[in-house]
Amino acid sequence: MTVEDLVRTRGVLICCGTGGVGKTTTAAVLALEGARCGRRAIVVTIDPAKRLADTLGLSSLSDVPTAIGRDRWDVDGAAPAEGHLSALMLDTKSTFDSLVRRYADTDEQAQRILENRFYRNVSGALGGTQEYMAMEKLHELHDSGDFDLIVVDTPPTRHALDFLDAPNRLLRLLDNRIFRLLMMPTRAYLRVASVAVQGFLRTIARVVGSEVIEDVVAFFRAFEGMEEGFRTRAAAVSELLADPSTGFVLITAPRRDAVEEAHFFAQRLRDHHQAVEALIVNRVHPRFGDESPEGLRARAAELRALSGAPAEAASLAAAYDNLADFHEVARRERESLTGIRELAGPGVIAFVPFLAHDVFDFGALDDIGHHLFAADDEVAEAER
Amino acid sequence: MQPMEVAQFCSTSHVVIVAGKGGVGKTTVTAALAVTAARSGLSVLIAEVEGKSGLASAFSAPALDYDEAAIADGIRARTLTPDAALLDYLQSHGMRRISKRLASSGALDVVATAVPGMKDILVLGKVKALEEQRAADLIIVDAPAAGHAVAFLVSARGLLDAVRVGPIRKQASDVVELLTDPARCQVVLVTIPEETPVNELVDTAFAIEDRAGVALGPVVVNGCYDSLAAPVPTDAAAIGQLAGALDRFVGDREAAHLADAARFRAEREMIQIEQAERLAQLLPLPQLRLPYLFDAEIGRAELDVLADALTREIAMLPAP
Repeated sequence: MTVEDLVRTRGVLICCGTGGVGKTTTAAVLALEGARCGRRAIVVTIDPAKRLADTLGLSSLSDVPTAIGRDRWDVDGAAPAEGHLSALMLDTKSTFDSLVRRYADTDEQAQRILENRFYRNVSGALGGTQEYMAMEKLHELHDSGDFDLIVVDTPPTRHALDFLDAPNRLLRLLDNRIFRLLMMPTRAYLRVASVAVQGFLRTIARVVGSEVIEDVVAFFRAFEGMEEGFRTRAAAVSELLADPSTGFVLITAPRRDAVEEAHFFAQRLRDHHQAVEALIVNRVHPRFGDESPEGLRARAAELRALSGAPAEAASLAAAYDNLADFHEVARRERESLTGIRELAGPGVIAFVPFLAHDVFDFGALDDIGHHLFAADDEVAEAER
Repeated sequence: MQPMEVAQFCSTSHVVIVAGKGGVGKTTVTAALAVTAARSGLSVLIAEVEGKSGLASAFSAPALDYDEAAIADGIRARTLTPDAALLDYLQSHGMRRISKRLASSGALDVVATAVPGMKDILVLGKVKALEEQRAADLIIVDAPAAGHAVAFLVSARGLLDAVRVGPIRKQASDVVELLTDPARCQVVLVTIPEETPVNELVDTAFAIEDRAGVALGPVVVNGCYDSLAAPVPTDAAAIGQLAGALDRFVGDREAAHLADAARFRAEREMIQIEQAERLAQLLPLPQLRLPYLFDAEIGRAELDVLADALTREIAMLPAP
């Protein structure tokens, strides 16, 4: 199995990893390759860097897929005609809004919820809402049948795997016993609710003000009858995540903290009975030979000690020092990547070098792709 | 021009909030700043708000906890996670008995969601309490990653609009007072000299100044390649000539490696200089440049190297 195989055979690829490891770029490269293999591919991204967003034609938030002109990603016309490339930048709130509209019994019920202040906070701020909506969007795109390959870039949070739990978290919120009691008709709740709940409500009202409680009560009342729809949907999303055609791509960088996070993610995925199908190590410094840094440093020191031609000796010494610097980086990176093979399990590993230039256009995405889709022996070489 | 003293610099405000996008070394900078301040004789308290960072391991200390612990000479550290701050708040506001049950039933999540930014306010409220007690000469907050940092700092103002009465409102207005007083609090933003991190830093800087009204200290540009001690040619033939002039033999392969490595460094250095200059143009704040450390993961020895660099950079700032 290679990364190329994943791009050719999987229906959904979910890219996860901590911040600053090149997750968004990798997701774009995977979708691009999918399109070049003749698949209808889309990258769903959360918060791309501005110039990458421009490259992908995502100058503003848009809830619908934007097709990227063929002339931009297939300059030499080598891709099969069936190949298409689209991109979508997730808008959490409008995705949530359309979900509410879908499951509301009446327009009036939908409107009541959309205007509720508590809902507006939930849709924008509840931990995990962004993750949940990313999964919701994934489900919608998958259902539409418009795409053969959907590559999802997950939100750059510390808890980047929250999307695995996200559907259930919302259900837990809707299921909350105390707030179910609040759905009783106005004022009646104080009579029906137990003493503990009343005490709770009074205390909360004292701390945050009673209008907050009223908003919450109004929200849960407006939501009544819609839980079933959300529950069905959450189950469908979980099923899609567990489907064999869905693959998880773990992205990391050769830094101790990033690798620690990768181990943590891999464990979380295993807890959810998901396997890491590909592990991509980005930003690996290039290697220039394999001499020991100590030997190079010794040569630099010896050159500096030379009497006579100081300018040339200083230059050559600096050259050896510089090479030693990069060999030290390579050694440190290798050390930080110890155990990475086990982390990937049976999954494929690919190494992408830290490039001398920044990545913004299709040309640079191609450069990355060249390494990502390198033949296995090249990977083994990079790993060595 | 009078040079800036480190102790003076580190006493500009009681609280420094360190913020930056993931992967730029925000935690490393937090730790290096703490070492720098501690060396100048200040007592330092680090508050880590995400509950999981390499801070403790950089100091070879055990994992941090909500209770503070000494992690180095003159440096104490603790976590200040939103969930713990919320429980702490409830318990100290007469809700000790029910706080655990509220947490386990998920009702707390509902309430915290009903009041956006409530958890952030509780974290910052705790920072404010520590500042008022003068828990340390300098309190350094290792803030949430960039996008979240803005929300974190804006939360207090937002909450003043959302909640009209009650102790939470009082808490929010106290936090706003802390954040908007430059003698008490400033934000130090961290970036690396690459295009995307620089852009994000600029956006974050304007958002923090405009929307949160927090004073910005110098910007830390982390991971800058040091210049080499002497110019190095970037093609193999020229390396060979250098060696020839010295009556040395350098094999073709080795010459190529030396030249390739020199070229890579030169290209990256060029990008770094361009980006640092672009940052200076976009954001008129002084920059403190920290070197990229080729040789090791961040440990105590590396923190000392970075603290040395920080001390040198601070000395180059104009005195206020």
